[in-house]
Amino acid sequence: MSVLDFCKWLQFSAPLVAMRSSPWLFPIIATVHLMGLAMIGGAVLVVDLRLLGLGLRRQPVAQIARDAERWLLRSLLVSLPTGALLFMCFATKYYYLTFFWVKMASLLAVLVFTFSIRRRVTMADETRVSPAWSKVVALVSLSLWTTVAIGGRWIGFP
Amino acid sequence: MFLIVLTVHVLTLTVFVGTAVMLDLRLLGMTMTRVPVSEVMGRLLPWTTAGFLVMIASGALLFYAAPMLRYQNVFFRLKMVTLVLAGLNVWIFRNTVYRRVAEWDLDPVPPRRARVAGGLSLLLWAVMITLGRMIPYQLYWFD
Repeated sequence: MSVLDFCKWLQFSAPLVAMRSSPWLFPIIATVHLMGLAMIGGAVLVVDLRLLGLGLRRQPVAQIARDAERWLLRSLLVSLPTGALLFMCFATKYYYLTFFWVKMASLLAVLVFTFSIRRRVTMADETRVSPAWSKVVALVSLSLWTTVAIGGRWIGFP
Repeated sequence: MFLIVLTVHVLTLTVFVGTAVMLDLRLLGMTMTRVPVSEVMGRLLPWTTAGFLVMIASGALLFYAAPMLRYQNVFFRLKMVTLVLAGLNVWIFRNTVYRRVAEWDLDPVPPRRARVAGGLSLLLWAVMITLGRMIPYQLYWFD
């Protein structure tokens, strides 16, 4: 089964057909997806600003990171399922849109990056992490998330 | 051009609402409870304010792209009302409960009036996002 066939199968399954036939279900799911996105922004920004030596810079990185991670996970719990539903609704259309794949690739990259390298840097003993590397990690994180967001916004454009 | 302004508006909302949410969660005693409230306010609010200014600027540009359409859009009108309410909430909070922040600065869970302000703020921003998202749908649903 090709990727396109899989998209077709998803899109025409019963729950997705029901989602498409309601005039308000898609907008509501899209709105909740957007709220999750805003929350992700806050949780990510608080930590990345701290890594850049901005924001809550009088607090230890690890303390901020630990509190923020809880909310990052919760907001991902909102954004990922709603995103999946939005995708499945028009899967065969998204399959052909470049920016959708740009978004998915950068999303995968940023999630892997966040929960491996960035996590290691934020939870490490601060005296052992050079400020230069902290800034690099923050900038990579911010760049990837920005790509995800812009990619998401531009999905509809050729 | 419109699309670029729209992109800026939506992306900046992650900065603005994002930092505002972290602030409100602190007011609700749900995050960073070991950090004094005044510290969180003092260090995050500049970013929230900067984000807010970009939101207003980009929002104004979006409005002026088609003023009559926006003005007649019910979702847009409700969104502006919500914005005023949100501003009012912030203003009241700053001038009452927050005046005496030194008393409860270090508390992990702030007093009830601060929690109400935080919760109301979260709710109003959620409504703002919803209404903003619905603006294009007036065409399908009402016209």
